[in-house]
Amino acid sequence: MTTPYGAELSDVTVRYGRGRDAALDGASFTVRPGTITGLLGRNGAGKSTALALLASFRRPTSGTVRVDGADPFENAAVMAGVQLVRESGDVVGDSPVNDTIGYYSGVRPLWDADYAKALLDQFGIDPRKTPDALSRGKQSALGCIIGLASRAPLTIFDESYLGMDAPSRYAFYDALLEDYTQHPRTIIVSSHLIDEVERLFEDVIVLHRGRTVVSETADALRDRAVSLVGPTSAVSKLADGRHTLATRSLGGTTQLTLEGALDPEDVARARDAGVEVGRVSVQDLFIHLTQEPETLKEDAR
Amino acid sequence: MFDGPEPIYIQIADQIRAQILSGDLPEEAQVMSTTQYATTFRINPATAAKAFGLLVDEGLIEKRRGLGMFVAAGAHERLLKEHREAYLEQVFRPAVDQADLLGIPRSTLVAYLTDHLPATSLSAAEGEAR
Repeated sequence: MTTPYGAELSDVTVRYGRGRDAALDGASFTVRPGTITGLLGRNGAGKSTALALLASFRRPTSGTVRVDGADPFENAAVMAGVQLVRESGDVVGDSPVNDTIGYYSGVRPLWDADYAKALLDQFGIDPRKTPDALSRGKQSALGCIIGLASRAPLTIFDESYLGMDAPSRYAFYDALLEDYTQHPRTIIVSSHLIDEVERLFEDVIVLHRGRTVVSETADALRDRAVSLVGPTSAVSKLADGRHTLATRSLGGTTQLTLEGALDPEDVARARDAGVEVGRVSVQDLFIHLTQEPETLKEDAR
Repeated sequence: MFDGPEPIYIQIADQIRAQILSGDLPEEAQVMSTTQYATTFRINPATAAKAFGLLVDEGLIEKRRGLGMFVAAGAHERLLKEHREAYLEQVFRPAVDQADLLGIPRSTLVAYLTDHLPATSLSAAEGEAR
């Protein structure tokens, strides 16, 4: 078994052309070896660019990229251990699925052919068909199968399962967790379906406009805010002097999202006042953290 | 599952404690593995491992090398004792406080307890044995 790869971006900027906004603008984050790390960001936040750097598909304009402690670019040893699955699939579209499978079995030293075959069966993909002839859902599933069966010390799923329907996505999450516990490795998952995947994450990275706004454990991220629901007067009293991220009022009841955690005395005080203290989902935190000024104004209205 | 306000690993630990207390997980019984927990509830295995770590530290479950996690001897008794103590302070006292507030005499409470909620033969016998 190979040791899972860690990965790191330090002050990385990527520009695709003069005069264009940087895709990454001084981004820094660390992916701890052996974790399932979620990479979140709105469209255009720089996620795919960051992942392409880790997979040595391109070089940064400035800054440092490290995978397993080395610069991955044109580094054959590191590249063999990194599998990036993009939504496009990276398959040979017009020849049988078997050819694509054969290609990956040749370039991924830890490829498990029996596992790949079992997954093809499970997801109902006929390996004699060409990827072009498969439905969008099955094309996505094929990408996921390549990612799983490669057993790469760094495996990256970049919106890989967008085309899959809900039952297939859940079958993929189950397969991912099961195989990850049997064969520990580093897995990065980039997704817009945050509610579905947030519990899979040990760590979370959030990119916004090419910069890193979060790089920490999922538990630490969830501790960044707390939700209060209860009688408006009691809720406002508890919120006094704290930074409010969001407010929703319905008659005499108010739901507030507050920055920071509540200490046990505040929690007890809240319960006595009939205020329910709850956690804030990663999805909601993500929305707060990546809100644009215009959206904020809209919310205040 | 695990939708409460506490971190998921705390909720998992609470669930296992409740199962030990109710006898659903008897002493010496094997607890689901980290892998089983992760795949059953679709959570990160590290989250499940954190819950198990908490319970191992409390001495409620123990790791047997190569075999898995098992409910420790005496875990049920310990939880019973802790919960009995907590019951009086956290459940019974507030109920009596509320009765005082409402002006219900203690004698009414005692009469209610003996006449309307008579102990079953089982719990009465247990009470005497204690």
